[in-house]
Amino acid sequence: MGSQGGFGQSKEFLDLVKSIGEARSKSEEDRIILGEIETLKRRIVEPDIPKRKMKEYIIRLVYVEMLGHDASFGYIHAVKMTHDDSLLLKRTGYLAVTLFLNEDHDLIILIVNTIQKDLRSDNYLVVCAALNAVCRLINEETIPAVLPQVVELLGHAKEAVRKKAIMALHRFYQKSPASVLHLISNFRKTLCDKDPGVMGATLCPLFDLVTVDVKSHKDLVISFISILKQVAEKRLPKSYEYHQMPAPFIQIKLLKILALLGSGDKQASEQMYTVLGDIFKKSDTLINIGNAVLYECICCVSCIYPNPKLLDTAADAISKFLKSDHNLKYMGIDALGRLIKISPDIAEQHQLAVIDCLEDPDDTLKRKTFELLYKMTKSSNVEVIVNRMIDYMISINDNHYKTEIASRCVELAEQFAPSNHWFIQTMNKVFEHAGDLVNIKVAHNLMRLIAEGFGEDDDNADSQLRSSAVESYLRIIAEPKLPSVFLQVICWVLGEYGTADGKYSASYITGKLCDVAEAYSNDETVKAYAITALMKLYAYEIAAGRKVDILPECQSLIEELSASHSTDLQQRAYELQALIGLDARAVETVMPSDASCEDIEIDKSLSFLNHYVQESVEKGAQPYIPESERTGMLNTSSFRNEDHHEASMHGLRFEAYDLPKPVVPSKSPVTYTPSTELVPVPEPSYSREVHTSTAVPSISSSGSTELKLRLDGVQKKWGRPNYSSGSTSTSESSSQKTVNGVAQTESVSTSTSRAQATSSFDLKKPQVEISPEKQRLAASLFGGPSKTDKRPTSSSHKVVKSSSHTTERPPAAKPVDASEKSTPVQPPPDLLDLGEPTVTSSAPLIDPFKQLEGLLDQGENVSVPNHGAVNATKPPEIMSLYVEIAASGQSGGVVNPIPTNGDDLLSGLSGGSIKTAAPGGAAGSPSLSKGPSLKDSLEKDALVRQMGVTPTSQNPNLFKDLLG
Amino acid sequence: MIKAVMVMNTQGKPRLAKFYDYEPVEKQQELIRSVFAALSSRAENVSNFVEADAIFGLDSRLVYKHYATLYFVFVFDSSENELAMLDLIQVFVETLDKCFKNVCELDIVFNYGKMQTILDEIVFGGQVLETSSAEVMKVVEEISSWKLPQMLSHLFPKLFLIGGAGSHYLPDCEEVKTNANSAFPFSYESVRVQL
Repeated sequence: MGSQGGFGQSKEFLDLVKSIGEARSKSEEDRIILGEIETLKRRIVEPDIPKRKMKEYIIRLVYVEMLGHDASFGYIHAVKMTHDDSLLLKRTGYLAVTLFLNEDHDLIILIVNTIQKDLRSDNYLVVCAALNAVCRLINEETIPAVLPQVVELLGHAKEAVRKKAIMALHRFYQKSPASVLHLISNFRKTLCDKDPGVMGATLCPLFDLVTVDVKSHKDLVISFISILKQVAEKRLPKSYEYHQMPAPFIQIKLLKILALLGSGDKQASEQMYTVLGDIFKKSDTLINIGNAVLYECICCVSCIYPNPKLLDTAADAISKFLKSDHNLKYMGIDALGRLIKISPDIAEQHQLAVIDCLEDPDDTLKRKTFELLYKMTKSSNVEVIVNRMIDYMISINDNHYKTEIASRCVELAEQFAPSNHWFIQTMNKVFEHAGDLVNIKVAHNLMRLIAEGFGEDDDNADSQLRSSAVESYLRIIAEPKLPSVFLQVICWVLGEYGTADGKYSASYITGKLCDVAEAYSNDETVKAYAITALMKLYAYEIAAGRKVDILPECQSLIEELSASHSTDLQQRAYELQALIGLDARAVETVMPSDASCEDIEIDKSLSFLNHYVQESVEKGAQPYIPESERTGMLNTSSFRNEDHHEASMHGLRFEAYDLPKPVVPSKSPVTYTPSTELVPVPEPSYSREVHTSTAVPSISSSGSTELKLRLDGVQKKWGRPNYSSGSTSTSESSSQKTVNGVAQTESVSTSTSRAQATSSFDLKKPQVEISPEKQRLAASLFGGPSKTDKRPTSSSHKVVKSSSHTTERPPAAKPVDASEKSTPVQPPPDLLDLGEPTVTSSAPLIDPFKQLEGLLDQGENVSVPNHGAVNATKPPEIMSLYVEIAASGQSGGVVNPIPTNGDDLLSGLSGGSIKTAAPGGAAGSPSLSKGPSLKDSLEKDALVRQMGVTPTSQNPNLFKDLLG
Repeated sequence: MIKAVMVMNTQGKPRLAKFYDYEPVEKQQELIRSVFAALSSRAENVSNFVEADAIFGLDSRLVYKHYATLYFVFVFDSSENELAMLDLIQVFVETLDKCFKNVCELDIVFNYGKMQTILDEIVFGGQVLETSSAEVMKVVEEISSWKLPQMLSHLFPKLFLIGGAGSHYLPDCEEVKTNANSAFPFSYESVRVQL
């Protein structure tokens, strides 16, 4: 407890802190603080308060406000304190005002003067305090008041002041770029400051400037590279080293800038390659900050014009990240997502690590992994990925993220859906669980897709799609609490296609619709959709010549709505009633079946009235004079129109907005069209469409306007249904994966044995649980791409690789293989071509996956006791066997069934796959024996980090909470 | 840019809340609460990162570190590096530890002003200013020891201007300018010699 005595706080403050610490509830805490506020209010106005006491009061005010209470009564005292001569009091004053006031506060004007004075102070600490306040308190209006002085400080003797002056300028730039635009050249000058710290500070504003405008800073590429080189070569003073890394924060900033400058610029990028390679080599991967630089390097490499060698190095670095702790895994996944844009194959190498991350308890890591999956989605793996995303979406409560993931699901489904049926199912799930969170446009899109089909001429497929949609909706509709948006879709589809295939009777569907309208009686939009759907269903019935019997609940619904407060609902109800009274032919014209995609023709000139007009004119009526020609005439007749025009001119309307109206001949229908362009399926269009037709039954064909679904600009992303890919063919896809696995093992084997050791340590636990399911998941996620996707070159390349393996195989492994000859050795090329039916027939011979699982279980039993000893007969055999089978492309993702040490084995295997079988086992055991020491050091490191202080200081009572 | 720095204890009581863009008091409280809710729901032995878009708006990341009874939280945008921010927290805590000799939560509560001073020397206007805890300590000590010279300067203003702690060496302004215009590449090795 001795510490606080020395800092001069009064007993009162001590007691306050103590009692707040001991407060049991929020209300108790509030009570204490309110008491404190009363005390402070009283004390602070007392005359002749000693300065020291005043300082404490100000700090107590800050404390009170930090706990969420208003301390505005004391602001003025804080402002006064900034005038004080004593540095400590001045600083306290500045501190308080920067925490209390926003830049638009009235009191700021009182401070600006003080700041101006302090910026001129001889004492550089006062200047620094003022600069600190400048950053927070100066707004666009007050920038000119201090700008000249801040610029002057760029030439200050103290580097600390120069540094802060640059940062203050940067802040001005952030707040109002225009105010300091003429000073940008200053940043270039300070970049050459003799103090590296000042140079480093300059990088921040330059980063912002480059972000905004890359082109005009291209000339600085050489300078940045030169600085980075000097920094990396440790040519900075020792004091700039942090954990033996030369100025890592400067390196990071420089790498970020270079990434921007080199993006898409081959020439600039080529200049960077050398220094980037150097940094890759020099970064210390054992310390956090070293990895930070490394990560930034990967980002840079993935941004600039690609260089194969650097990309390889980056990939190696990523694989190390993925085998480390959670933080580095997170960075690794992030980096993978960046690199994947350039070299899509890289994800395959890390498939298991990615899947581990996906199942990690750490939510942050999980989300990052979903982001990665989102980036690598293809038509071959979309089903697995989207299903995973939806499962996760259902499991979380965070609406923000739910919305994001739902919109991603929708996006992926729209882009890559393998089949219509799947698409509908997926959308149903998304709507069901996140319907209120997704954009209404998504619903409109879905309706349009169902209406239009998928851009093919196959009507059969379209109607199948619709029937399946109807069926799924009828199933879902009974569930409680469906989101409004989803209900709208359901009502629309049921109205449009509910009876189309004849499977369900109109009365069944109308009954369901009435239930919906009743259950969601607060939702007018849903009710409007429901009643329009009812109208369509009745219309189709009448048109088909069937007798319509309106269910009693429908009847009561219609009656209820025709007395509704909503004019829209009322109108719909009346229209429905009017429609039922018409004869079949009229109804058919008004409401043609399945015509939502047809254009509706509107006779804008109303030519069908010509006859009537002519008659009237002949009878002596005044001819119609168009508005434009009516000069000097009384304005009353055009009052409405003028009013309307004025309103649109000024942008303000004081009268109520128009409700959907019948087409009045004197008004041109042009006023409607804009609204139809905004929304693809606006519900008013129905009422209008009905209206025009009911009012004007004989539509003439001249001057048509599109009033319904807007079809242009809609992406036709839909290919033919593709059932051949994905999880349906597990054995195929998994075997495919192994072919990739061989390609993978090769590259893994190049990584150092140290990395293998680390990985074996880190992965030991998760590896135990790796199940065949995970394997399959991996296969469907990663294995897919090369099989179905249009990358014939890469897949054929792999075929060559794996087949060459088979031929290169040393004879030593052969006999073992012979014992397992029953495993069908299928030529790899066939396997890759999964679309072909021939594979399906050949694959089921024996499930190689199962077989190997059993085999490896056995292997495990043997190898576990043998791990310590250098017994190598049995495991290598198994491994060689594995290699053999894997290479021949038959096993289904066998890498993981080994429960103890999969990664170890993997690395062992990779060794074996290149040379003979024996090194495989040898490679496995050393990495294990290395384990403990590495583990120790890692633990030690973790401990040190946990302690949060330098390892030397022993701190048993570190941060002991004295407050309980 | 760093958007906010927070220190709170494991019961969610704020010990320090610094927002580099102004937030009204109520909003600050709300942010502190949501951050605490996010942190307290996290298991041990997971990563130190939290996606903070939902709390702080688009392009926000959050890095935290848990020491004994305290959470140290930095919120920043994509112009910073997560791992580097983690180290910055470390710098902050190390400096506090040096300053208070085995820092504990109580030190932080009672020395609010000093903690702010330390933070201001590490993060300035939302940008990283200094990453060496030794350098930060130097400045902080200079500020707190200023009381005496300050009084002296009142008594003997002339004397103080010449040889005070604040004014070591005043290079010619011209020298600075010419240096600024000099062409690349340049070396930092010489800087030391000059001084």
